[in-house]
Amino acid sequence: MKKIINKPEDVVDQMIDGLIFGSEDLIERIPGTNVILNKQLSKGKVALVSGGGSGHEPTHAGFVGPGMLAAAVCGQVFTSPAPDQILEAIKQADQGAGVLLVIKNYSGDIMNFEMAEELAAMDEIEVDHIVVDDDIAVEDSTYTAGRRGVAGTILVHKIIGAAAESGLSLKELKALADQVIPSIKTIGVALSAGTVPESGKPGFELEDNEMEYGVGIHGEPGYRREPIKPSREIAEELTDQLRKAFQWKAGDCYGILVNGLGATPLMEQYIFANDVAQLLKSEQIELPFRKIGSYMTSLDMAGLSLTLIQLKDDHWLDWLNAPARTTAW
Amino acid sequence: MLTVESTIKWLNLFSEKVEKNKDYLSELDQAIGDGDHGANMARGVAAMNEALSNKSFDSIQDVLKTAAMALLSKIGGASGPLYGSALIAMAKQAGEDRSDLASIIQAGSDGIQKRGKAEPGDKTMVDVWVPVVNALKNNKLSADIIKKAVQDTEPLKAKKGRASYLGDRSIGHIDPGSMSSGYLFETLIEGDTL
Ligand SMILES: Nc1ncnc2c1ncn2[C@@H]1O[C@H](COP(=O)(O)OP(=O)(O)OP(=O)(O)O)[C@@H](O)[C@H]1O
Ligand SMILES: [Mg+2]
Repeated sequence: MKKIINKPEDVVDQMIDGLIFGSEDLIERIPGTNVILNKQLSKGKVALVSGGGSGHEPTHAGFVGPGMLAAAVCGQVFTSPAPDQILEAIKQADQGAGVLLVIKNYSGDIMNFEMAEELAAMDEIEVDHIVVDDDIAVEDSTYTAGRRGVAGTILVHKIIGAAAESGLSLKELKALADQVIPSIKTIGVALSAGTVPESGKPGFELEDNEMEYGVGIHGEPGYRREPIKPSREIAEELTDQLRKAFQWKAGDCYGILVNGLGATPLMEQYIFANDVAQLLKSEQIELPFRKIGSYMTSLDMAGLSLTLIQLKDDHWLDWLNAPARTTAW
Repeated sequence: MLTVESTIKWLNLFSEKVEKNKDYLSELDQAIGDGDHGANMARGVAAMNEALSNKSFDSIQDVLKTAAMALLSKIGGASGPLYGSALIAMAKQAGEDRSDLASIIQAGSDGIQKRGKAEPGDKTMVDVWVPVVNALKNNKLSADIIKKAVQDTEPLKAKKGRASYLGDRSIGHIDPGSMSSGYLFETLIEGDTL
């Protein structure tokens, strides 16, 4: 393992202080916790709180700030944060209009956030939650934990965050999320695994010439391994998967997010984005919202993911484009 | 029988066992999860030991509740809220009827199922808690029964938790959470708490 760290057990703690050092005007750390709080919370507006295991930077803490998250809770690397920390975030974020928790669909996150929600209810804070499950690599069946939450989560942060800022109530935001979340789908490809500092070994092995489609952001196994191919063919495979999932037709309107998983340079992300752009253009898909960069990473995993959101309502595009002041958006 | 002293002793023995076997627990989790179960549990039991040694207790309920809060805030992951919920439920039950170990463990098992919604056969720690409760009710909990319950998770296909992403590929591996729960009950016997 070759990493610029100090002690593996200190990575989360020290990362948080460094992140805040870079954006002191925007965010602060709740003392004694791993919670990052927006310094300019909007009085009387619903507060959005998210979080999960660390290792996906800039997610989630990088999206704390006016127009997006009120607070983010950082767990240990790839491990859900505990209820007491989430409860602290809820308490400090609440501005009198209630708190909406944005949870990625993993058993650990769901259980910890639900426990925190129960504890907050005892303190008479109005709390509800939404669960993001955009990864179409996994079948959504009652016999599994269901689809995982991946890069599409940041689009949820953005749309629901902007909608909260515009004054929607907790109930209205939850109803909005019930429309938005099923309209977001993501599929990824990995070229090599990330290494969790405390374990020191890559999460899985891929041969030098191999790639794997559908790998999760914690290195969960994907759906197919094969020899590495040119960007255009990777773009075809991922676009095929999304076409199957959305069943789109010419003229449909989507937002696109090309997301690097940590170790893939922007140059490759741009090349891939260009290939996807041509494919979608040839199918006459309109793309009024576009974003390229490393937003939901998996430590130093090489690879990328492709997210599309079907823009079923004009407001969604407005909210995606609304101003937000965060470290990472 | 559970007393304040024997409960603390039991939990201390459990901590030792987890600490000693944390690499093995992570190895099991590497096969069908994300490889952190040993680190998660070790972090939790260390915090629990510290909480237990920093205080004097006048009831079993108090001991279990203190242990629960430490585990809940330090394990993280899926097993944090599961062990936390188990011990909170056990603490409540201990307040009701202090001498009946079977009903206390039963409450813990119910707490886990309520939190995680897993059924027996889903390849989770429930597959150890449920048979242990049954054995306790019939007064025949033994190391063999625990070992068998843990071992019996090997051929199962996971339907809950991270391992469920693997589908059929989860077959043929022992469930890590079942192993750590196995340690919990083995130390119940080793500490002469029965
Ligand atoms: N729904 C559930 N009900 C009961 N037990 C569960 C459930 N989900 C997971 N488990 C248990 O938890 C164990 C895994 O715990 P671990 O500490 O590794 O958490 P994790 O799944 O890695 O969490 P995270 O995804 O947040 O990192 C499994 O082996 C299983 O026994
Ligand atoms: Mg795990």
